[in-house]
Amino acid sequence: MRYLPHTDEEIASMLQAVGKNNLGELFSTVPEDCRYTGTLNLPEPLTEWELNDLMGALSGTMAASPEYTVFVGAGSYEHYIPESVSYLLSRSEFVTSYTPYQAEMSQGTLQAIYEYQTLAARLLGMEVANASLYDGASALAEALLMAIRITRKNAVGISSLVHPHYRRVVQTYFEPTGHQVLELPRLENGGTDLSPIHGIDNLAAVAVQSPNFLGCIEDLRVIGERAHDKGALFVTCFTEPLAYGLIKNPGGQGADIACGEGQSLGIPQSFGGPGLGMFASKMEYVRSMPGRLVGQTKDLEGKRGFVLTLATREQHIRRDKATSNICTNNSLCALAAAMYMASVGGTGIRELASLNHDKSEYLKQELQKAGFKIAFTTPTFNEFVVEFPRGFDVTYQRLLEKKTVAGLSLAPFYPDLANHYLLCVTETRSKEDMDALVREVTS
Amino acid sequence: MKEIGELQLPDDVRYAEDHEWVRSEGEKTRVGISDYAQDQLGDIVYVELPQVGVTFDKGEEFGTVESVKAVAEFYMPIGGEILGVNTALEKSPELVNKSPYGDGWLIEVKPADSAELDALMTRDVYLETLKGIE
Repeated sequence: MRYLPHTDEEIASMLQAVGKNNLGELFSTVPEDCRYTGTLNLPEPLTEWELNDLMGALSGTMAASPEYTVFVGAGSYEHYIPESVSYLLSRSEFVTSYTPYQAEMSQGTLQAIYEYQTLAARLLGMEVANASLYDGASALAEALLMAIRITRKNAVGISSLVHPHYRRVVQTYFEPTGHQVLELPRLENGGTDLSPIHGIDNLAAVAVQSPNFLGCIEDLRVIGERAHDKGALFVTCFTEPLAYGLIKNPGGQGADIACGEGQSLGIPQSFGGPGLGMFASKMEYVRSMPGRLVGQTKDLEGKRGFVLTLATREQHIRRDKATSNICTNNSLCALAAAMYMASVGGTGIRELASLNHDKSEYLKQELQKAGFKIAFTTPTFNEFVVEFPRGFDVTYQRLLEKKTVAGLSLAPFYPDLANHYLLCVTETRSKEDMDALVREVTS
Repeated sequence: MKEIGELQLPDDVRYAEDHEWVRSEGEKTRVGISDYAQDQLGDIVYVELPQVGVTFDKGEEFGTVESVKAVAEFYMPIGGEILGVNTALEKSPELVNKSPYGDGWLIEVKPADSAELDALMTRDVYLETLKGIE
């Protein structure tokens, strides 16, 4: 679908058609005290070259790939994006995609979203995936609200090893609701300690992230069983969906709702956004699911077609009774993920996942050989935690000057993990990059 | 859509303004929606009902119904505790269309106050209000 802005002449002719002299008259039904009459506090407009300078200066303050060799993931991952994805995504039919209410004229967009849903559901091993939400954090918050709707209970247990930003978003969502949020502590091995849930009677959901924020792969099957024993739904979250090319997917391990961030699937890091909120559940809960859903159907002539379905859950029909206030999706990012998954294919995703894991294991072993302590014994995917000696921050700064980012300091997120750093190795890091890092941190 | 004369309006039930009906069956009472309500909604595709054991006041929302063209809420015609729900509607919501006063019933309620029952409309009064709507 194309989006074309209106010219002044078109606006004038439309105003004439409805019998108004100007836009102000058109909006005259908006009460006076709801209208803002002041001037907006915005900087002066810039020329194109001034704006380019400004953005260049801003990006110069960041340590980003490819200028820097970055060993940080922590929710945003550097992956190679096939050229085919960038090309397809730049087609105007997709770039200007708008919420496709009208099946009569949006078959291409609807089919693309349907294919995204199918691929997302397969990757996660779930029965149904929606057309996407904004990002991993809001997807998790929506998943927990959905569990509360389904179970009609009002407490949720959330692992302290879920991405710290996600947990803050959940708190923001939950603060006005009065629902109870219980944080589940960390076990010695880097997994989640579920023991606090035993004292809770009204538990709607248990939520864990796997691989978790420390890179550790949680034992989803066991955690899911314990959640179900409490009559709670099992919500699994992720920041790195590529992991499911190698490790068991959430659906295969009893997840009722699987959600997380899809940036890894063909979406550039772009300094943190836009992302892709992936969201999938068991079919029995589909009517409680937030967001758009595209379904496959047949038209009057019996031909295959695609259409928004189960829209009665949504805000534009249910108003305040809607399952959520999400009334749109992150279509372009969802399409990027669909194109990425289709381009790389099942075999490719498995190979890429193995490559991420194997490279990451190489760096882990080399650091261990060099005398550094790997903090947790639990298996990891492409991220792991290293305990560096006291005073490592000096080395970290020296490396930064040499354009290498040696992981993420965990102390701001977990005060008891001072001198612990979260390192990430994807397929984009070479053996030379890793050997150079080990040389530098030991010198 | 049915003409008023075509509507089934049995006189063994009482009617509420929101088009629910109530039938006394000893200790408990059954609640459903009228032929007029199901006809207005069109083909019903989903019915959401409350949990057994919950208590609602008269006028409170106790469930939702989704048809191919609308979504609507069910409101308690009388206050009371939910003794049972029609679980057949999970798989066959179209029963509400086919048999609104029979197999398409919604909930069984233990009335909190029998005076609320008596205050509901008889068939004839309900028919008059329907004529007012048309």
